[in-house]
Amino acid sequence: MSTTTTELLKGAAELFPDEVVTQAHVRHLDLPAGAGRFALITLDNGFDHTKPTTFGPGSLANLNAAIDQVEKEAAEGTIVGVGITGKPFIFAVGADLKGVEILKRHEDALAIGKGGHDVFKRLSGLAVPTFAYYNGAAMGGGVEVGLHCSYRTVSQALPAFSLPEVFLGLVPGWGGCALLPNLIGADRAVSVIIENSLNQNKQLKGKQVFELGIADALFEGADFLEQSLVWTASVLNGTVKVERPEIDRGEGWDAAVARGRAIADSKVHGAAPAAYRALEIVAAAKDGDVQKGFDAEDKALADLIMGGELRSGIYAFNLVQKRGKRPAGAPDKNLARPVTKVGVVGAGLMASQLALLFLRRLEVPVVLTDIDQERVDKGVSYVHGEIDKLLLKGRVNQDKANRLKALVTGVLDKAEGFSDADFIIEAVFEEIGVKQQVFAEVEAVAPAHAILATNTSSLSVSEMASKLKHPERVVGFHFFNPVAILPLLEIVRGEQTDDTSLATAFGVAKKLKKTAVLVKDAPAFVVNRILTRFMGEIQNVIDEGTPVAVAEKAVEPLGLPMSPLVLLELVGPAIGLHVSETLNRSFPDRFTVSPNLKAVVEAGKRGFYVYDSGKPELDPEVAALLKQGDSVLTEEQVRARVLDAVAQEIGLMLDEGVVAEAQDIDLCLITGAGWPFHLGGITPYLDREGVSERVNGKKFLAQGLASVPA
Amino acid sequence: MPRTVRDVVFVDGVRTPFGKAGPKGIYHETRADDMIVKAIRELLRRNPALDPAKIDEVAVAATTQIGDQGLTIGRTAGILAGLPQSVPGYSVDRMCAGALTAVTTTAGSIAFGAYDAVIAGGVEHMGRHPMGEGVDPNPRFVSEKLVDESALFMGMTAENLHDRYPSITKQRADEYAVRSQEKAAKAYANGKIQQDLVPISVRNTNSDVGETGWGLATQDEPMRPGTTLENLSGLKTPFRTHGRVTAGNAAGLNDGATASIIASEDFARENGLPVKMRLVSYSFAGVEPEVMGYGPIPATEKALAQAGLSISDIGLFEINEAFAVQVLAFLEHYGIADDDTRVNQYGGAIAFGHPLASSGVRLMTQLARQFEEQPEVRYGLTTMCVGFGMGATVIWENPHHKDAGGDK
Repeated sequence: MSTTTTELLKGAAELFPDEVVTQAHVRHLDLPAGAGRFALITLDNGFDHTKPTTFGPGSLANLNAAIDQVEKEAAEGTIVGVGITGKPFIFAVGADLKGVEILKRHEDALAIGKGGHDVFKRLSGLAVPTFAYYNGAAMGGGVEVGLHCSYRTVSQALPAFSLPEVFLGLVPGWGGCALLPNLIGADRAVSVIIENSLNQNKQLKGKQVFELGIADALFEGADFLEQSLVWTASVLNGTVKVERPEIDRGEGWDAAVARGRAIADSKVHGAAPAAYRALEIVAAAKDGDVQKGFDAEDKALADLIMGGELRSGIYAFNLVQKRGKRPAGAPDKNLARPVTKVGVVGAGLMASQLALLFLRRLEVPVVLTDIDQERVDKGVSYVHGEIDKLLLKGRVNQDKANRLKALVTGVLDKAEGFSDADFIIEAVFEEIGVKQQVFAEVEAVAPAHAILATNTSSLSVSEMASKLKHPERVVGFHFFNPVAILPLLEIVRGEQTDDTSLATAFGVAKKLKKTAVLVKDAPAFVVNRILTRFMGEIQNVIDEGTPVAVAEKAVEPLGLPMSPLVLLELVGPAIGLHVSETLNRSFPDRFTVSPNLKAVVEAGKRGFYVYDSGKPELDPEVAALLKQGDSVLTEEQVRARVLDAVAQEIGLMLDEGVVAEAQDIDLCLITGAGWPFHLGGITPYLDREGVSERVNGKKFLAQGLASVPA
Repeated sequence: MPRTVRDVVFVDGVRTPFGKAGPKGIYHETRADDMIVKAIRELLRRNPALDPAKIDEVAVAATTQIGDQGLTIGRTAGILAGLPQSVPGYSVDRMCAGALTAVTTTAGSIAFGAYDAVIAGGVEHMGRHPMGEGVDPNPRFVSEKLVDESALFMGMTAENLHDRYPSITKQRADEYAVRSQEKAAKAYANGKIQQDLVPISVRNTNSDVGETGWGLATQDEPMRPGTTLENLSGLKTPFRTHGRVTAGNAAGLNDGATASIIASEDFARENGLPVKMRLVSYSFAGVEPEVMGYGPIPATEKALAQAGLSISDIGLFEINEAFAVQVLAFLEHYGIADDDTRVNQYGGAIAFGHPLASSGVRLMTQLARQFEEQPEVRYGLTTMCVGFGMGATVIWENPHHKDAGGDK
């Protein structure tokens, strides 16, 4: 068997010459308490913890060779057990995604799945007990290699442990789906494989890994490996008996799978296959036949690797992890000026939220101003209240709370507040005259170097700056609500904005821990423009006669975080209307103003739905307001119209140079609107569904970027 | 305010296995602070009756207090070991007698009433911090002939000690060294040493040295069981041509850490902690730096005098074997035979190694085990020589003796 595995991995390694290869060092040691000679395998890619250990085909081949050695020793009786652990701070973080991206053929994908299984499962077939010591970060295949061992220990200092496959569009396919439910029960396995993964890839800490029963023992980080080996000696000597609770292989198992399906439905609405494939394997693992499970994992892995959702998922993951951290088009960061004091014009809710964010992340003085003392006081007390909440939750200690509170002040007089501020952001009424007036007042009192930023969502930054003496220091700084949660920050370069101001803005964004995307000063920038076009088209088909329910259901297969009309309710129909009016003025041929939406706003309704039954139902009062035409479309027709509109709008935005590349559009939609990974934002989906070519005559992305390479 | 001096006891002691310093040593890729931290943690695991919050001080010795042995390692080790933040700590330096001084200094404070219980120990990673790293001796030492130039080179001071005791030949020193290795091997075979060792995980990334990856240090690396006189006779005498001091009859350059719990006797008894030894007296003495190995003699004289004891009252000796000649000089001074069975029953630093500032607590841990085995012995002493011309001696009473705690 080993020979074929070797050949399999050799073939796979040839496809992936750039692999960072993990070594599997075998070292022998004498266990404490005279428990005998022990072989310890250390997984180590030779780099420090900033480059975590991964498994590509070459790495698997190394582990396979290490197992050859210990298998022989175990058979000869020269060792009493085998352990596996990682380099400092890292156990192993799973398959090397770069090695997955390059795969072009189903059989190569199958080889990766089978290669991992064939190597890992040898651990459970050794003539001696095997032990995994989860010393540090363990993800995906890292977690799985340990699941094939007889026993596991985990460090209390372990910061991150997960099976993130479903999050990316895969299944835990090196034993995770088959082994984990058989170890800890289906319900807990579903929490790890499905729930955490779909909950923005939530990570477990060491203690939770123990409490879930994945690890048999928990030791503190300071002497984790020593205590793991002492424990190993006790297990081998028989002084410690490992007992695991009986798992429910009856109704509980089925209920767990059903719970997993419900979670998947609520998150991806059936739109992405990974979670469902994983659940099928979990369901099939009920009888404990793990080899059958492994075969099903291989098949699922290969199918998913060749499918668009995984490619989109990896693309989205790379956008957020890489492009999001090195914004395309941002000027040299060395140009950035230090920001040691921040001014906020306005003390309303948005302004107060911004003040809180700047305060927490920059930890510099933040001054709020407004038109009367009462508003100023309200703004400051909002910030104080939020700090108190953080204190109560234990997120900050008393000293930090004192410090933050002392840093936020409010004044009426802008000259007093802003004379030594380096960065001043306005969040006043969305009206160009008002904003120009505010910036003129600020410019009169602020230092010459201060950046003037605007949180406008729809006005022209260049126009706002046009009447200033120094328009080059005005930057758009467009946050998304709720500002504390949504990562996106659209940084808008006005016509006259200079590189220093822009670099400072990007520097501040980084400190705010936001995902900054450079955007041209174009109407509604990126996210609001696309969402408005998207919603507008939904609204159009409703206005023309398609029932609300059909229009809503039409886009369900996309798996968006919420339906269009629920989103409208969250944004507020009045704001939605306002943005559509603004865009209608800029692009009257594509952006319409819905008379029905206008009627709903004028009637003072805050949404289309009532929730009396617990589920959204069309508000009868809204229904009475709607005046619809007689053109009734099917779901498919609605979906095609909406997607065509979105593809057209993105095509036009790229032609206008609103952002550098389609990737920036996707990054904005993922981080600013919560559009899902399995769509890759949206352009990978539009490409693979043929929408891009139908509308624009070409794809947005090069082949292989979010798809199987040519 | 009237005060009562309180009895001080040695509760327990542990140590890491000692390693050979340098690129081939087991601890080459291990931090010094991690070693002392792991020793402290083992000590606490072994003594669950000691509430960590009740520890009043952490005194950790190191000779070279820079890098991972710097930053007030007594404090940082406490935090790294997971002790409550309320437990303070400090660093100690008396070169080879560092850990011994950590014990006596805190013991004095316990007797005075400042502390109830402390952790005292030492660490020296001579691979990461070679002897003399960063030193800057005042030029007046030489210009004003305050010390002989050989004073800074311990091997030369040992040759000087041979000069002072012409009867102590290289042959006698080598014979002593062979016995030390034999006794250490026997102690290992009988499981006397391992029970107080803390296993330490050790990493090796250099395939030239041996197997790579994580391993576990469970025994002393420097030991050379089976050493014969013939093996030793041919060794070089690096400190003097035709000299007597060799790598075979001296301790090597080593890495290691030790830790002990020292407490007032009342605290130990109230908290159900073991009482392994009772402190009788301690003393330090200075001698000419160029014969630093002579130091234990005047230090012991003072300690005996304080205790009102004579050398014949001492039933067990733990003498640090920096050099065989230094032990032999001590024995010769007191008229004790080179192979007296009361001396270094488990062998000594020539076999186990001598990671400078950590060694003092090793002597105590071994003496405590011997007390346990030999309740008929009432008094024992631990003594060592110290660089720059000093000696350090602590006299202990065996609490297992029938008269323990009573008048002499």
